[in-house]
Amino acid sequence: MVEVYQQVLYIKLDQVALDFSIQEKELSKKREMAEENKVTLHGLWLSSYVKRVELALKIKGIPYEYVEEDMKNKSPQLLKYNPVHKMVPILVHNGKPIVESSVILEYIDETWKNGPPLLPRDPYERAQVRFWASFVQKQLFETMISVLKSEGEAQQKVIKELLDKLKVLEEEIKKIFPEGIPTSMNHETVGLLDIMVVTCFGPHEVQEEVLGFKFIDTEKTPLLFSWLKALNEIPVVKEATYPREKLVEALKYIRQVSLNK
Amino acid sequence: MAEEVVLLDFWASMFGMRVRIALAEKGIKYEYREEDLRNKSDLLLQMNPVHKKIPVLIHNGKPICESLIIVQYIDEVWNDKSPLLPSDPYKRAQARFWADFIDKKVYDTGRKLWTTKGEENETAKKELVEIFKTLEEELGEKPYFGGETFGFMDVAFVTFYSWFYAFETFGEFSMEAEHPKIIAWAKRCMQKESVAKTLPDRQKVYEFALDLRKRNLGE
Repeated sequence: MVEVYQQVLYIKLDQVALDFSIQEKELSKKREMAEENKVTLHGLWLSSYVKRVELALKIKGIPYEYVEEDMKNKSPQLLKYNPVHKMVPILVHNGKPIVESSVILEYIDETWKNGPPLLPRDPYERAQVRFWASFVQKQLFETMISVLKSEGEAQQKVIKELLDKLKVLEEEIKKIFPEGIPTSMNHETVGLLDIMVVTCFGPHEVQEEVLGFKFIDTEKTPLLFSWLKALNEIPVVKEATYPREKLVEALKYIRQVSLNK
Repeated sequence: MAEEVVLLDFWASMFGMRVRIALAEKGIKYEYREEDLRNKSDLLLQMNPVHKKIPVLIHNGKPICESLIIVQYIDEVWNDKSPLLPSDPYKRAQARFWADFIDKKVYDTGRKLWTTKGEENETAKKELVEIFKTLEEELGEKPYFGGETFGFMDVAFVTFYSWFYAFETFGEFSMEAEHPKIIAWAKRCMQKESVAKTLPDRQKVYEFALDLRKRNLGE
């Protein structure tokens, strides 16, 4: 009789062990799937390049984990994911890293096709968006950084460059918004160029405070001014606004460090 | 309506060459117009008022500028043959990353060889070595940077092959000796008609670069 009970007990224990092992495998699969679709963004609070990726992820409604990196003390993860440039932003998707903000933005657009498109469908329009995105980045934003990092005659030279180039963008905006800037925009219509413009110059009032002169205003660049105003009102953009004092401090610090060199 | 394709270009430009290779890969008939960079045509100034640079592709009267943007445009419009970018988004991201690397690193550092002297020149030489090492690592044992087939990143980089002789001579090093994998890859690319017919003679490029150096450094 005891033997029978023992047999039954062993069978029951085996069954429990089997159930447990199946559960473990299912859990592990679920964990794997979660890992597979997991999106992590490695960034820096100050970086406008990082902000671009954040905005794209938010507009597309992609859940992600954010990891703040310390550029003065680069983490082993950062060096592993971006050995070539050792910079942020880094997007990790399915365990694989994608770097360079412009590359990441196109990757996001091509991978998550459900949300609003970041690039238009027509190849000619796509080429135009890519051209102007690059212009905003290289010709405008980088020139503004040069203004931040210089003084005297050298600074005067880049200030003139910045103002001239802003005029070029202002002209182009007439073609982008032939009916004028809509007074309100929503995140569904935000595309790559909107993202570039708002992450580079959304905080222009703070940038102007630190630099000591206005470069985007209703007189010189009325269309750009209105565009930025409308973009800054979009909830997803508003949420990501830099804390003002922190940004002022950071920009002043960057200027000081550059001038001391 | 017949497609009208015009390319405003300069024979020695590694950026212009990228577009020529892409057009050849796709078998697109086009009109080539050589620009005199010291006396730019009205058409160029009209079609690229922002940068006033070549290459500019004019497709049915509409201009597209910036070599990598043009190559992507060509790939997207003439998508029936010889795809340059892979279809997988991750692989596309890799191709774009490396093409961006070429633009940021190879050109800017390379040109310092004939636009700078002394310490700046020495630093540029060292940087270039590191850049080519990184590229060799990325190539690994693959036949092309894109993998099994010639692709976007190969187009972006192979045009510099015509400039290697100039790099080597100014930089006083041998590409074949120090970066043999890159040379092997370049020679493999040169077996493709689109590349062989596009890349100019290296001696001509070197003489052009010598001229650039004279003008930059006044030697």
